[in-house]
Amino acid sequence: MQNIENVSRRGFLKAVGVTSGSFVLGVSLPLSMAKASSNSKDVSHALNFFVSIANDSKVTLVCHRSEMGQGIRTSVPQIIAEELEADWQQVSVIQAKADSKYGSQGTAGSASIRNHFTTIRQIGAVAREMLEQAAANIWKVPLNEVNAKNNFVIHNKTQQKISFGELASHAAKLTPPDSKKVALKNSADFTLIGTDVKQVDLANIVAGKAQYAQDIQLPNMLIATIVRPPVVGGKVLSFDAKAALKVKGVVDVIALKPRPLPVTTNPLSGVAVLAENTWAALEGRKKLEIEWDLGEKQSHDSKKFTKKLAKQVNQRGENVATKGDVYAHQYDDENTVEATYTVPYIHHAPMETPAATAIVTGKKCIIWAGTQNPQWAKSKAAQELGLAKEEQDNIELNVTLMGGAFGRKSKSDFIVEAVELAKASNRPVKVIWSREDDIQHGYYHSVSANYCKAELTPNGSADHWISRNAYPPIGWLWNTEQKTPADSQLALGFGDLPFELNNLSIEKHQVDSFVRPGWVRSVACINNGFALGSFVDELAVKADVPTRKMWLKLLGEDRHVDPSANGFKYSNYNLDLSQHPVDTKRMKSLINLISDKAQVEQKLPISQGWGISFLRSFGSFVAAATKVEVVNNKVNVLEMHTAVDCGIVVTPDRVKAQMEGAMIFGLSIALMGEISVENGQVQQTNFHDYPVTRMNQVPELHVHLVESDAPPGGIGEPGVPPVIPSITNAIYHASKTRIRDLPVNKVFTV
Amino acid sequence: MIKITLNEKPVTLDVDPAMPLLYALRDELKLTGTKFGCGAGQCGACTVHLNGKAIRSCITPVSAIAEQAITTIEGLADTSGNLGESAVQQAWREHKVPQCGYCQSGQMMSATALLSSIPNPSDEQIIEHMQGNICRCGTYQRIKAAIKTAADNSNKHQTAGNVTSANNSGVEYFDAGQITNNKQGA
Repeated sequence: MQNIENVSRRGFLKAVGVTSGSFVLGVSLPLSMAKASSNSKDVSHALNFFVSIANDSKVTLVCHRSEMGQGIRTSVPQIIAEELEADWQQVSVIQAKADSKYGSQGTAGSASIRNHFTTIRQIGAVAREMLEQAAANIWKVPLNEVNAKNNFVIHNKTQQKISFGELASHAAKLTPPDSKKVALKNSADFTLIGTDVKQVDLANIVAGKAQYAQDIQLPNMLIATIVRPPVVGGKVLSFDAKAALKVKGVVDVIALKPRPLPVTTNPLSGVAVLAENTWAALEGRKKLEIEWDLGEKQSHDSKKFTKKLAKQVNQRGENVATKGDVYAHQYDDENTVEATYTVPYIHHAPMETPAATAIVTGKKCIIWAGTQNPQWAKSKAAQELGLAKEEQDNIELNVTLMGGAFGRKSKSDFIVEAVELAKASNRPVKVIWSREDDIQHGYYHSVSANYCKAELTPNGSADHWISRNAYPPIGWLWNTEQKTPADSQLALGFGDLPFELNNLSIEKHQVDSFVRPGWVRSVACINNGFALGSFVDELAVKADVPTRKMWLKLLGEDRHVDPSANGFKYSNYNLDLSQHPVDTKRMKSLINLISDKAQVEQKLPISQGWGISFLRSFGSFVAAATKVEVVNNKVNVLEMHTAVDCGIVVTPDRVKAQMEGAMIFGLSIALMGEISVENGQVQQTNFHDYPVTRMNQVPELHVHLVESDAPPGGIGEPGVPPVIPSITNAIYHASKTRIRDLPVNKVFTV
Repeated sequence: MIKITLNEKPVTLDVDPAMPLLYALRDELKLTGTKFGCGAGQCGACTVHLNGKAIRSCITPVSAIAEQAITTIEGLADTSGNLGESAVQQAWREHKVPQCGYCQSGQMMSATALLSSIPNPSDEQIIEHMQGNICRCGTYQRIKAAIKTAADNSNKHQTAGNVTSANNSGVEYFDAGQITNNKQGA
């Protein structure tokens, strides 16, 4: 649904799913049922594919984007209801199946609201105007004399009113207005946006009734567990299923088809044990004997590889952005800082491991999955079943709640596994991943090295800045020849350096890939934000000034930075740069806000320290501050703050929750997050060797939310990047030990 | 055949005695409120009560719980037996604790067991008891706050509860504590 401003009204109708000129969609219930209950309050009238109103004024709104804990099943309906002038108490929410009629359903990149806010508002506004028009027609008055409010349309002069329920059947027969021309509310008039409405799934979750992909139960269903090749690109040479098949409850052992490189988002292949229950499947799996061809990626050793990347970024790379000439300059060693930072592979480890259920009957297929990208998964399932493009709707893909995702569930490998096995076994199949499967066969945040060099200037800032990075690019998934990140990836806290510099060189490097790289919450902003935030702190230390002051000096005058000015093709997270500027004023005010709120320049006892950092990412501005103490070689995190300016806030408590979560996620990455690879095989298996933050490591958390009328930015990811260097900077100020290689537990107990 | 009491009802399980309780609950009894997280007793997502004490159902074979009482998230209730309305659940709603929600059944079961043994836990006691439960979304601060609210409300409720036990005639009574709780839980 992007770029709705640039498409015709017909384009909008197409975007919301209506392809013919008429807008008579009738009832959304099966016809026979509708007839049988034509006077019933239950009859629902669809005003568009997102809005249906029943005769009793109950409003049903479709949430087309996927819920993974960010609260989107509250926020999307909240925005529609705002413009619809619906009574939130009368709203219920249904989850969209995968269907292109809803426009973009890809729930990633913190994009749901930042990229679709206006379109979602228009969905509600179009439906509201149809209801208003229906009332105006009944009263025989001009449209501008009526207004919708709180599930009624009111005639302003006479104060007569008609309920949405009474109007719905009339409204559903009207031609919808041009979405570009419908009036949207002034933000000052918002009654739902910016308030904490009742959260959609809260009661079900607390009662243990919420349904996740792991919870799907079907008659005659088999549970499948899969042993995948230990190394990416590996193959099954032979296997012996005899012992596995003797386990009570095991029904079948099936070899999945080999999958050549590029790995894309396909399954990894392997051997599946299918059983009547999970326990039997797991017991059977233990008895499988498999001989593997591990393939060429078995040469990979992540420790050696990290050293190689670190060496690489100390060499000049390929040009990303250039200003002036850093290489003609004679650096003054006394005033120059040069540093190399590394971040290991990092894994999502959502609490719910991947799971999907499928039934395949001939060319028909029904799927239940927790997926961040329903339409992509559906097209991959269609491809798996050999369906032509026009046959894609033979597939019904139901989107369940996700027990966390963090980017992992954008990939459809586990869904295609379920389709492949359901087809092969002729029974409904639920594929479940064990925790070991999840940790060993993920799509990892790439191991990386970043290099920074700059020289202090007499005015307290720095210049002659060099930034370089090197890491296996996500594009390798689809193209094994790809060795450098795409420009859109380099835009993540790297090519968009906002500092006032006269001489600058930003460079990338060519790198081979060995394990599946993927989008982990905040993506390359993790390593780029760690390098940037650490390096500014190192410059401040060199200059012997508070870190806040160095940030303010480097950011310079209030202005809108154009990262394309230095030759970099900047995509700004697919946001219009005039609407979502790289605004140094907002940056500086956040850095001041966090420094003042957390009082980071206060005198601390010896062995304690504050660290701060900042990054603008995914259209939002976030600063972080952390206080630690380092005693007996142990880091204790004492206090954490984030300050966020994400423009217009839809659901404040969920923004706050995302910031709280970002601090915890950042703690995990900074303190302990490391996937290591030896002989091409991931070494970690479960939470004992891939630890994540537990309650005993959590300090007091504070979130400072900036009020703003600016267009909304993202919120799921921007919190994480500044948190990580705020922790390591704090450790430096507490202990004088600079952590340049994550995670911290290589050096300190955590 | 293994007989247990599940959420106050007798249940017979005809499964491999070595099967962990988690899979018996989810696959055989279709009670899916209890979640799989790690299969190794490390994350707490599968926490249930065995005779009121928190256990990890993913590593507890059904043979070990024969003739004993199991409570799952589906069986949590307030003192009057209203399912889903235990002091912990009300506090969880009040603080809007869950993000994705997946670990929260286990978190609430652990918290409930904590409060039944220590009605007014200190911060240290909460951390000590809850650190076996992982929340990847990072809701720990709210979990701590909700446990304290639940403790406060249970203590208030205890006063009303005493009235109940004194009033065993079966007559319905007005329970001010309950109404307050419901309001907070909305």
